[in-house]
Amino acid sequence: VGKSTVDDEVLDDLEEVLVTSDVGVTTTLKIIERIQARVARDKYVSTSELHSILREEIQALLAENNSADFEHFEYGEHKPYVIMVVGVNGVGKTTTIGKLAHQLKEAGNSVVLGAADTFRAAAVDQIKLWGERVGVRVVAQAMGSDPASVAYDTVKSAVANGDDVAIIDTAGRLHNKVALMNELTKIKQVMQKVVPGAPHEILLVLDASTGQNAIEQCKQFTQATDVNALALTKLDGTAKGGVVIGISDQFKIPVKYIGVGEKIGDLQLFNKKEFVDSLFK
Amino acid sequence: MFQNLQDKLDRAFKVLKGQGNITEINVAETMKEIRKALLDADVNYKTAKAFTDEVKQKALGQNVLTSISPGQLLTKIMNDELTTLMGGSATELDLSKNPTVILIAGLNGAGKTTFSGKLAKYLKEKKGRKPLLVAGDVYRPAAIDQLQVLGQQVDVPVYADRESTDPIGIAKAGVAEAKQKGYNLVIVDTAGRLAIDEALMNEISAVKEATQPHEILFVVDAMTGQDAVNTAKAFNDRLDFTGAVLTKLDGDTRGGAALSIKSVVNKPIKFIGTGEKMDALDVFHPDRMASRILGM
Ligand SMILES: Nc1nc2c(ncn2[C@@H]2O[C@H](COP(=O)(O)OP(=O)(O)OP(=O)(O)O)[C@@H](O)[C@H]2O)c(=O)[nH]1
Ligand SMILES: Nc1nc2c(ncn2[C@@H]2O[C@H](COP(=O)(O)OP(=O)(O)OP(=O)(O)O)[C@@H](O)[C@H]2O)c(=O)[nH]1
Ligand SMILES: [K+]
Ligand SMILES: [Mg+2]
Ligand SMILES: [Mg+2]
Repeated sequence: VGKSTVDDEVLDDLEEVLVTSDVGVTTTLKIIERIQARVARDKYVSTSELHSILREEIQALLAENNSADFEHFEYGEHKPYVIMVVGVNGVGKTTTIGKLAHQLKEAGNSVVLGAADTFRAAAVDQIKLWGERVGVRVVAQAMGSDPASVAYDTVKSAVANGDDVAIIDTAGRLHNKVALMNELTKIKQVMQKVVPGAPHEILLVLDASTGQNAIEQCKQFTQATDVNALALTKLDGTAKGGVVIGISDQFKIPVKYIGVGEKIGDLQLFNKKEFVDSLFK
Repeated sequence: MFQNLQDKLDRAFKVLKGQGNITEINVAETMKEIRKALLDADVNYKTAKAFTDEVKQKALGQNVLTSISPGQLLTKIMNDELTTLMGGSATELDLSKNPTVILIAGLNGAGKTTFSGKLAKYLKEKKGRKPLLVAGDVYRPAAIDQLQVLGQQVDVPVYADRESTDPIGIAKAGVAEAKQKGYNLVIVDTAGRLAIDEALMNEISAVKEATQPHEILFVVDAMTGQDAVNTAKAFNDRLDFTGAVLTKLDGDTRGGAALSIKSVVNKPIKFIGTGEKMDALDVFHPDRMASRILGM
């Protein structure tokens, strides 16, 4: 039997699903309001219909502020297409770079990686090993050297070598550390001396298990570097990554990639429908 | 954001009548604010619900016509309650065995390897131990190098076996090495793993069997959201860990995961990580964490 209003119990259930997926209270309330409005408009709605409406509304929320889902591991018109990867500590930046390099190489691109994390213990070794694994060049300097200089070298080398894509790793940093955020701005600017308009993609990596702090991460990294793409990692676990719903609502930055494991093939393009469906599994 | 929880609570109260005693009627709006604040701080959904019910019970009937505002009164009740829930006072490691074996476990990228280095330094310098670090991560690229660099920084030797791909054998050999060479403390770093990865969870159970650790520390990122309870529970079910470590608290996260973890597994949080450097380690203080979660 249909109902013209949604009863509290059903709404409580929805709220629980959304909040426990890290969607956050504010965004959850926004979604629920949209549903209530729609139920008021469409009158008869059964509980099962309500669930499909909910999915549609969340997808719509994601779609309003984002481009369509990406269909290929594409790199646009620029050559070299420069990708700078940023994010807080341990979210999966370096691993995502390895996996992305693999995808791009498989698609026929020549790729070079820049080891601009010169700070964290063995960070250069880690990306070099990924380079070997994927079979792409890695431009590196000694640990402790200036990351901006590594980024500069990498882009320069990509131009000289005629590479299609250059991907710059950066050290993990918490977004509330002003000096470290300023360093990112500098790394970004230095690359523009070699290729005007670079980096073309500034990819913020978010960990799916992160809660509401991801919103502040997005805000601060965007302020420092004009983030224009997101990657959501570790979705192979039980964490849902629902915080990106609020993020794409507030910041209008598309989620481009998702990480679903530690292996070389474990990177996928973000698909709104699949993502929303997974919230309810 | 909600530094002003107290103000909000005051405001929620003002719109209601009968401010003399806290009653069922005037407390509802306030509890909503509290619950939202806790959820914004990433406290688990169920934990937040249980906690607000608890606070409500404590608050009911209290007289607010005293010098402090209802907001102040409620935040004080919450602060006390949170502090108690998170363990009251700091909990020490049991270092009485020779050698004491400490196993480090947790999700990918939580900060296990960094913490292993910090802990070695802390126990060496502050507790006069002679530690050996064991490189038990055979999966992540350059995991051994990473631990070796940190070992060098803190001047603690690292047992590693680059030929082996067997974490159980490595951990066992590491403990044997410590006994043979007279180290009285062994810290076994392990690979990051998801709680639902059966193979890797079996593997870490086997590492536990093989090394019989005296302390098992579950390392968790303080920025973790609602999933903290699932993960903590799954690791605890498999390992029966002796304590948790909360990393990356030098960020601006509220760290509500701390409360969720404590309430779901009832194990003490023993340390916090406050930076990337080897001295950025602190013992856990429940009262400070309570204030942080409440944004005070
Ligand atoms: N399960 C799973 N693990 C992942 C995924 N992406 C990365 N990881 C793991 O997360 C851990 C940290 O990954 P890194 O790539 O080193 O992270 P990072 O952001 O470069 O770290 P820092 O440079 O130290 O800030 C490693 O154990 C990775 O294997 C993923 O999608 N799923
Ligand atoms: N700011 C900050 N960074 C930290 C802290 N603890 C660890 N990190 C950083 O977090 C990232 C991940 O730390 P690791 O020690 O490699 O984490 P892990 O758990 O060993 O990672 P896997 O072995 O890949 O699972 C690194 O960039 C560390 O420098 C902390 O307390 N504060
Ligand atoms: K998932
Ligand atoms: Mg990295
Ligand atoms: Mg590690």
